[in-house]
Amino acid sequence: MRFKKELDYVHLSKYFYIFSITLTILGIIFLAVFNLNYSVDFKAGSNVDVSLSKNLTVDQIRTAVANIGTDHEPNITPGTQRVTIRYDEELTNKQDAALKSAISKLDDKASFEVNTVDTEMARELARNAIYAVLISCLGIIVYVSIRFEWRFAIAAIVALVHDAFMVVAVFSIFRLEVDLTFIVAVLTIIGYSINDTIVIFDRIRENLRFGKQKTYDDLKDLVNKSVSQTIMRSLYTAFTVFIAAFFLLVLGGESIKMFSLAMVIGLLFGAYSSIFIASPLWLLLKKNQKAKPKGKPAKA
Amino acid sequence: MKRLLSFIITVLVLVAVMAVSTPGLLDRVRLGLDLKGGFEILYQAQPSEQGKEVTRASLLQTAASLEKRANVLGTSEPEVTTEGTDRIRLKIAGVTNEAEVREKMKEPAVLTFRSAASGDPEGTYSKVELVGSDFVENAATIGRDNLNQIEISIKVKDKQKFAEITKRLLGQHLAIYLDDTKLSDPQVRAELTDGTASISGNYTIEEARNLADTINLGALPLKLTEKYSQSVGATLGKQSLNQTVQAGLIGSVFILIFMIGMYRTPGLIASFALILHTWLLILVFVFADFTLTLPGIAAFILGIGMAVDANIITNERIREEMRSGKSIMSSVKAGSKSSFRTVMDSNVTTIIVAAVMFAFGTGSVKGFALVLIVEILLSIFTNLYFARWLLNMLVKAGKLSKPKQFGVKESEISAL
Repeated sequence: MRFKKELDYVHLSKYFYIFSITLTILGIIFLAVFNLNYSVDFKAGSNVDVSLSKNLTVDQIRTAVANIGTDHEPNITPGTQRVTIRYDEELTNKQDAALKSAISKLDDKASFEVNTVDTEMARELARNAIYAVLISCLGIIVYVSIRFEWRFAIAAIVALVHDAFMVVAVFSIFRLEVDLTFIVAVLTIIGYSINDTIVIFDRIRENLRFGKQKTYDDLKDLVNKSVSQTIMRSLYTAFTVFIAAFFLLVLGGESIKMFSLAMVIGLLFGAYSSIFIASPLWLLLKKNQKAKPKGKPAKA
Repeated sequence: MKRLLSFIITVLVLVAVMAVSTPGLLDRVRLGLDLKGGFEILYQAQPSEQGKEVTRASLLQTAASLEKRANVLGTSEPEVTTEGTDRIRLKIAGVTNEAEVREKMKEPAVLTFRSAASGDPEGTYSKVELVGSDFVENAATIGRDNLNQIEISIKVKDKQKFAEITKRLLGQHLAIYLDDTKLSDPQVRAELTDGTASISGNYTIEEARNLADTINLGALPLKLTEKYSQSVGATLGKQSLNQTVQAGLIGSVFILIFMIGMYRTPGLIASFALILHTWLLILVFVFADFTLTLPGIAAFILGIGMAVDANIITNERIREEMRSGKSIMSSVKAGSKSSFRTVMDSNVTTIIVAAVMFAFGTGSVKGFALVLIVEILLSIFTNLYFARWLLNMLVKAGKLSKPKQFGVKESEISAL
């Protein structure tokens, strides 16, 4: 179960840089053209989740809810014994009640979850989410700069922004629905991804204490060595957290499906970026620190 | 021998405590609406009169009135909290006549006394003289007037103000409006100095009582608009709870199997620490009276994954030391020491993220962040200190002397 030979992670990272940059550009294009598929949490409207005891067709439901007095046609997404009905307008109490009674006529065991969000509130939620991401990045930069050095902080932030963006990009590309729990997932991924990166950086910092690294090759070997020393731990941890998220995705409640999916995607990118993006990036930054007279080790 | 004994006693006592207390504890965990059904509404409060501000006092008073109102309507455990400077969050669980309750909650009747402004058509009044907050709480009572007609009396807070109004409007009409419905428009016949206004008319007792109730309900100091609402059917909530808990259990069992298979005895200790960690978290939930929501369970399960990380880092490090040829005793010592800093660093960074989520999040995001923070703190205690302590006891008792017990093959160990 061990890698006997050290892989040249630094060399390999060139290909992964290309992969990540390509995916980033693709993500930006998709975001610019199609944006994200926002749920009612971020754009005003009502979302009705119905859990059914029998299978109903979209047509049956469309007919049933046609007369509840809404201005727009709802968007109906069927699932197994489950239907999501989305309105771009906020349902009033009367419409809400009418909808429930119409569907209850088709299936008296139907159970509902209704979410209604007002436009102003939706904007506020989105704004807070963006603030949260920015401020946590700032907090991490400060902490890592104090505990390590700024180069580690920069590399760590690039890696975590990369992870967060990748999840956003995947959700945009596959038109997956972005709701409030998605933000929670992205923030958790940031927390997890930084966790992962820190473990490897810790090892690099530790190894920096032994011997002097004079040349770029010394540093490169050091990074390769540090990554290979921690790779099993990185893989095991990614694996165990992945298991937890995976079971939530497959077996967990419907309302955290998107959360779990975002987590699964994010965890994979988190492990990947810690190994192939963050550490080589630190090396790249470190390489340009030539001006210093001695191969000064990083301050602890 | 003494060490082994204290190890065994510690483990046995903890197992017993956990086994006995867990069923009772689980019953006492407060479930969120998304898990037991119910509805939640976030209101934004606005001053009921223009030019006035929403004060902390008026917000609290409105929240209190809302709670009273929910109680009057016969709902169980209504939960009303204020949020920020002008918001009120209302949570009501297990409501059967949801639509009706919501309607009553959402449209608080606003009681006003109005007089005719110039240009008002006959019988309509648009100049507001008194508003809801000018009336005493539960102001409306029913009685009978001299002619034995049913009469609803409303008490006004400021007698002088009422006296001034009635003096000014002597001979004119002072109409009583509930929202935009005119209840009555009696003529002011005398200056009223006792601070009580009366509505009399052809009401039956029933009607009068309803009207008085509505007026009392309507005496909200602030006007509310729904900003966000979520309603979950009880069946759906239960379904979500079962599914998520089941997913969590299966995921956890896999993690435990992985840990034991990979790290053998230390893995077993790690698994024990993980179970203790989960039990403590439930304990915190019960004693701190946290509400468990769906995202909370998700954080719960992810936290287990993160807690495993601490164990993996430590155990990998110990194995590494062993492979380099150190003795078991010194491997455990060196491995625990060097992994400690790493685990702390990685946990602190995650706490930073969680703290930001807590500060900026609302509702479920806040809950998620809180669970994560508590969990990381508990994890530092159980998976770092406690697991290490147990492991040390076993090593010192001489019960862990073979590399195999750590999942390390003899062939992997290089000579010093």
